[in-house]
Amino acid sequence: MSARIAILKDAAAVAFMAFLIFGPFLGLQLGDSNAGNLTLSTRPELLALAVVAVFFARLGMLIWQEYRPARLPGTELALKVQESGRFIAPALLVFAVALPLIPGVQNVYIDLGVLIMTYVMLGWGLNIVVGLAGLLDLGYVAFYAVGAYSYALLSTTFNMSFWECLPISGLLAACWGIFLGFPVLRLRGDYLAIVTLAFGEIIRLVITNWVALTGGPNGIDEIPHPTLFGLSFSMAGGPGTFAGFFNILPAPGQRITYLYYIILFLALLTNWVTLRLRKQPLGRAWEALREDEIACRSLGINVRNTKLTAFAIGAMFGGFAGCFFATREGFISPDSFTFIESATVLAIVVLGGAGSQLGIVLAACVMIGVPELLQSLQIYRMLIFGIALVLIMIVRPRGFISKRRPTVLLRPVLRPVQVTEP
Amino acid sequence: MNDVILTVTDLTMRFGGLTAVNRLSFEARRGEITALIGPNGAGKTTAFNCITGFYKPNKGSISIAHTPGAALRLDKLPGHAIAKKGRVARTFQNVRLFAGMSVLENLLVAQHNRLQASTGFGVLGILGLGKYRAAERAAIELCRHWLEQTNLTDRANDPAGSLPYGAQRRLEIARAMCTNPVLLCLDEPAAGLNPRESAALNALLLKIRDDGCSLLLIEHDMGVVMKISDHIVVLDHGKKIADGTPLEIRSDPGVIAAYLGEGDEDDPDAPIAETLEEVP
Repeated sequence: MSARIAILKDAAAVAFMAFLIFGPFLGLQLGDSNAGNLTLSTRPELLALAVVAVFFARLGMLIWQEYRPARLPGTELALKVQESGRFIAPALLVFAVALPLIPGVQNVYIDLGVLIMTYVMLGWGLNIVVGLAGLLDLGYVAFYAVGAYSYALLSTTFNMSFWECLPISGLLAACWGIFLGFPVLRLRGDYLAIVTLAFGEIIRLVITNWVALTGGPNGIDEIPHPTLFGLSFSMAGGPGTFAGFFNILPAPGQRITYLYYIILFLALLTNWVTLRLRKQPLGRAWEALREDEIACRSLGINVRNTKLTAFAIGAMFGGFAGCFFATREGFISPDSFTFIESATVLAIVVLGGAGSQLGIVLAACVMIGVPELLQSLQIYRMLIFGIALVLIMIVRPRGFISKRRPTVLLRPVLRPVQVTEP
Repeated sequence: MNDVILTVTDLTMRFGGLTAVNRLSFEARRGEITALIGPNGAGKTTAFNCITGFYKPNKGSISIAHTPGAALRLDKLPGHAIAKKGRVARTFQNVRLFAGMSVLENLLVAQHNRLQASTGFGVLGILGLGKYRAAERAAIELCRHWLEQTNLTDRANDPAGSLPYGAQRRLEIARAMCTNPVLLCLDEPAAGLNPRESAALNALLLKIRDDGCSLLLIEHDMGVVMKISDHIVVLDHGKKIADGTPLEIRSDPGVIAAYLGEGDEDDPDAPIAETLEEVP
């Protein structure tokens, strides 16, 4: 009984505070009289509405905290997703491969698929650094930018093709990963996050200001689109184009589908390498580093090199994704590589459950797909999106899929059965 | 029997104005359990951290003899090479396991250097080529051996953090042994163990010694120290005050004074001797 009174008291106190705060904003209104001087009118209904809303919201929150079920809704579902992960992942894969082939799928959905897949790839790349090695990196977009500008500059200056530039972009991004890695080797947690954040900004500012090389804020345009064994996807048709070679009508869907399969391939490559590395000594050393750096050192693990490989490999996949981004858009400028991109990718990793590959796919669908699909709701979409994220983090505070599966299992020794001779 | 494995000479470690270890010299012999004891603040842990490469000593040298007569200067090696090249493994006073990883994974991480070498910079490993598979099988067999020694085989696939405290301590020893050391350094291995676990620990340490690995341990629990040590070094205020067999240490007046305080000189033997002899 006293608990209920306490809850009511608390809600009333919060409502009173709301009254104090909202009083001047909602309760009073300044206006112009015809004579040109200010008039003051009151709006008691609006103020009362806000205070009552706050009272009931607070009441609801407290009741929820008091009587929340032992198992939150969604826990069951998440556990099922976790357990059936081995079925869901192949099902998603089949769906991803088949998506452009399904008749009636509009280009806009394939394009959305390309966008989501780009973020899945970025999430998987960042997952190596954040999820496995436990190094909080807020400047991941820097490697994305390095990859994108590598391709843009190489292709527009030296006429190099997408497939030639792809490995170079990854390599350059990996070099920058090592370059960033060195100064931050001794930093942990918050300090590491700040330095990587600054690094992301430095790269963006250099790109913006080095006008002679990068075109500054104007960016680089007319970046060539990728070709399939030399066949371009030009809408003009004719010899040397995809449509001309196969004698079909050129359609924008062909290029989008091709881009879709490129990013699908790149994302799956990232996933495959990560999954393999997790079962390798290197991947285990990353995870050990996340758990306890001092113990790693006592076991003879070279902490410096292990961290640098994590930065380099994570950055390499960021560079691949950047290279793809440049070829897909055909135009890049520093505006594409702001902090919000790093934050989005990090949110995908955290929301998915750091370390979980499948969780990242689900989180990327939520983070990128939902705002796009809610376009029709106009101004409310970001509000709904924000509320959805808060709710997800209340229900699944450690991400969608937070259970870690061991990389290796000890199997019982099969002892030969004693056969007694008759 | 004068086969020395670890030689510490004139070791000095200062933190600002405080000299935590002052010209400490001692030796640990191969195939023996050497204990480092002393009252709180005597500099045991500092000396220990110097030996295991966590501190760089201001002065003095530490060398290890992998084979009789050889000498490798540990104080010249970078931190991570102490385990790799120096073949000195250690455990921690507050257990430092990889809590989220399974017991088996903890033991595999300890064999990182050997396994990593077999993966060809990771590239062959990713492609599933090379000697990696065989190397991993061998590594798992070594894990299995130490899991059996420490009685953890049943828990091999559980997260290390979910083990009870005593098991975590044993796992930490198993993990250190998986680096294949010649000298195992234990920082208060018996802290927080109940008498039964403590007895099992003694048996494990004696087994490790008999299998040919030398041990150096810091310990507060005199029961453990007096029962299993072959050789004891006593520190006080950063200096060595005694060095000898458990029997000699037990009757050393300097040690008794250090443990019970210098004020007790009128009656030096009565209460202290009891503390030290409480071990049967």
